[in-house]
Amino acid sequence: MDLIYEKSSPGRRAGGVPQYDLPRVEVPAALRRAAPPRLPEVTEPELVRHVTALADRNFGIDTGFYPLGSCTMKHNPRVNERAAGLPGFRDLHPLQEDEGAQGALDLMWRLQRYLSEITGLPGVSLQPAAGSQGELTGLMVMRAYFTDRGEGPQRDTIITADTAHGTNPASVTMAGYALEKVATDARGNLDLADLRTKVNERTAGLMLTNPSTLGLFDEGIEEVAEIFHDAGALLYYDGANLNAVVGHSRPGDMGFDIVHINLHKTFSQPHGGGGPGGGPVAVRDTIEPFLPSPQVVRDGNAFRLDHDRPKSIGRVRGFAGPFGVFVRSYAFMRAYGPELREMSDVAVLNANYLLARLRDVFELPYDRHCMHEFVLSARNLKREHGITALDVAKRLMDFGIHPPTVYFPLVVPEALMIEPTETEVKARLDEFVDAMLQISREAAEDPELLRTAPHTRPVTRLDEVRAAKEPVVRYDFAGHTTTQAGTR
Amino acid sequence: MGYVSLTDDDRSAMLEAIGVSSIDELFDQIPAGVRFGRELDVEPALTEAEIMRLLEELAGRNAHTGVELSFLGMGVYDHYVPAVVDVVMSRGEFLTAYTPYQPEMSQGVLQAIFEYQTAICELTGMDVSNASGYDGCTVAADACFIARHATGRSKVVVAEAVNPMVRQVVKTYAPGFGLDVVEVSQRGGATDADELAEASADAAAVLFQQPNAFGVLEDAPALAAAAGDAGALAVAHVDPVSLGVLEAPGAYGSAIAIGEGQGAGNFQSYGGPHYGFLAARSDLIRRMPGRIVGETVDAAGRRGYVLTLQTREQHIRREKATSNMTTNQTLLALGGLVYLSWLGPQGLVELGETCMSLAEHAKGRLQQAGFALAFPDQPTFKEFAVRVGRDAREVIREARARGVHPGYALGRDYAGLDDALLVAVTEKRTPADVDRLVDVLTEVAG
Repeated sequence: MDLIYEKSSPGRRAGGVPQYDLPRVEVPAALRRAAPPRLPEVTEPELVRHVTALADRNFGIDTGFYPLGSCTMKHNPRVNERAAGLPGFRDLHPLQEDEGAQGALDLMWRLQRYLSEITGLPGVSLQPAAGSQGELTGLMVMRAYFTDRGEGPQRDTIITADTAHGTNPASVTMAGYALEKVATDARGNLDLADLRTKVNERTAGLMLTNPSTLGLFDEGIEEVAEIFHDAGALLYYDGANLNAVVGHSRPGDMGFDIVHINLHKTFSQPHGGGGPGGGPVAVRDTIEPFLPSPQVVRDGNAFRLDHDRPKSIGRVRGFAGPFGVFVRSYAFMRAYGPELREMSDVAVLNANYLLARLRDVFELPYDRHCMHEFVLSARNLKREHGITALDVAKRLMDFGIHPPTVYFPLVVPEALMIEPTETEVKARLDEFVDAMLQISREAAEDPELLRTAPHTRPVTRLDEVRAAKEPVVRYDFAGHTTTQAGTR
Repeated sequence: MGYVSLTDDDRSAMLEAIGVSSIDELFDQIPAGVRFGRELDVEPALTEAEIMRLLEELAGRNAHTGVELSFLGMGVYDHYVPAVVDVVMSRGEFLTAYTPYQPEMSQGVLQAIFEYQTAICELTGMDVSNASGYDGCTVAADACFIARHATGRSKVVVAEAVNPMVRQVVKTYAPGFGLDVVEVSQRGGATDADELAEASADAAAVLFQQPNAFGVLEDAPALAAAAGDAGALAVAHVDPVSLGVLEAPGAYGSAIAIGEGQGAGNFQSYGGPHYGFLAARSDLIRRMPGRIVGETVDAAGRRGYVLTLQTREQHIRREKATSNMTTNQTLLALGGLVYLSWLGPQGLVELGETCMSLAEHAKGRLQQAGFALAFPDQPTFKEFAVRVGRDAREVIREARARGVHPGYALGRDYAGLDDALLVAVTEKRTPADVDRLVDVLTEVAG
């Protein structure tokens, strides 16, 4: 398919700009643009067709089943889009005076209260733009807390699980901490013996996903919390898997002191092909003074942004956070009310149903009931037929199903990480099982079919090594394009 | 009831397949001591119609730019967002897709990001762009992180005339990066190149903004040269809407160009979500944060697109990654791509010209009415600072009571400017709107 730049013709255009009968103003010559940027020059119908053709070459939850583990690809209700598009939200300037933004501030205050109730922690900042920014914010808050107690330089290490998302160790580095890893035991819990040897007076805290990226609730979580708190350290909860436990167990009650919530996972902000998201952080009352500034506060019946927070770590992004995301997530929560617990019920039921139906065909590294997701291994297919998790993933595409997450977590070889979410009905789950069973048969009968999959997408497997070796990351206006023989 | 609908038949068939008698049994792995023993204390579930009624009521308590004549800017602007942007924002294939880890399922979004990267490179005159950052503030912190590692130096210099929120975010991030932040004061609304050069010795990065927080056109080539001469990376924070008429930062020696994309294709939305953009010289490509899409071929030799240089990223490199970023702002960035394609090069030039001439007209009319510009000798783009003779916050309150939001109170961030308003004029304002602004300001502050 052509790029929009390849559909461009000089002099063609779509949009117009208002012109007023006013004197023209010249930019000082030294600052004036020499040649305008080569933006596309297309008509509006051509632009609409281009976007539509691109959409046709993409796959979303609206297209079909998307069991991408750890990403919580649930249905994105359309009413949330309509609500976020109300002019009173969409066209509200972020520097509007508080008196002129009472509806927005009220909504944020309500969302803070809901997140506090769901996490069991009283202080909430809505500011972080995504889960990974929530992580970094949480670590910066942790450092500010210890600095305030005079333990800042002493506590220089963060402990993460060997099953952790890559964002955890990356956030640790960005926050200026050293990293220590702890092993997973045979049941998929944190290895307490290993943990005890690593927690000491230099430990600032733990970062943990619970349920873990294996989809298993840590059965020793109370002891884990005790080990850290006894050492004067804090516990950080990576909320990536919160969808499993809403209304069932609260991070604050598990012993966590700082939590981030992924509004784009648990609370249905659409993922948008990579973003936007929202990563609010909830904390214990002793940690609240260190949260980012500003904070939404309520004075009687009025709401305002409080900038007077002397112990705050400061600002982590512009304005008060990704407000449009708040509208969608709040609308989503209101559709459930207290039955948010049923959301997690069905998420866990769906995952366990898939696990029960697939466990005889793929290897199951940790033989327990799962929570909202589970990890299988395709190493039996690799051993017997030379078929990898990647081959399984690519072949699933031919069934109109988005592949699960593969090769993660790293502790499971040939990992297939499957998360159906609560919004799939049994018939869709059965289709997925049928596809997986057929693929496991094909692995034996026609392995080449899998190795060359997918067969029904606009492209087949792409040469990623070459893309990284000679990066072509923008259109070359001289007309050069990448071909099989090389860059033409 | 929300968005689940489990029938009794399905429930019993599924429980039987699992081999348990109830859903609760599946939660037995949660230790009793940490189970939540009551119902969530939240309001009862609402139907869709009730949700809309509630949210319409909340939205109705906001004074948005459709009901109030607004001259607010300072980073977010009321530029027109064409209807064609809705096409990309509402297509489920984009809206409800994840990050394109599986390229065969995601050629649409990958190609669109490649086209976006090209547009950002063209706007900024840089070689490479990532797929977006969170906003115009966090990309400044990202640029500092790049510079820290590219130069091995531990100081960043930031012009005081850079947007205050951008500076605040840099200061929040800097300690974790092992960076000290040094600010260079504004002089008469602009940054002095000699002063900046002096502060730039041993700096990793020098951050300035064009046009700056006061709307003033800096001598950006001189500021970039001051950074470059000191061996620091020149980081230019630019307004995409200005880049039809203002020189591209790549053309005057910037190493990194960043900015807030909101004005180019996103609604104001009380501050987000929007997209931040980050583009750099080609030698910095392997230090870039976030996603980058690259062109390649498939097994049949067809052109295709993939996420590339992933060895920079957290899911591969973990603690050695160039950033922790996973979720970015792809959908908003694609809104930007469609906007820029709708406008085209000529449209972007005209947009810059219209904003400039309207702003110049507003400056003239306000001066005629007796108001003094805060920085009368400085050229500006679409924003300018005007003195209103008394506390600007009071003036805003009184003007708003008359249906006009006259701008931002600069005293919130800058000493000595308590009586100054930052007035932003986009192409959506008309000469008649400017007359009304002048009339209202004359009434409340004249």
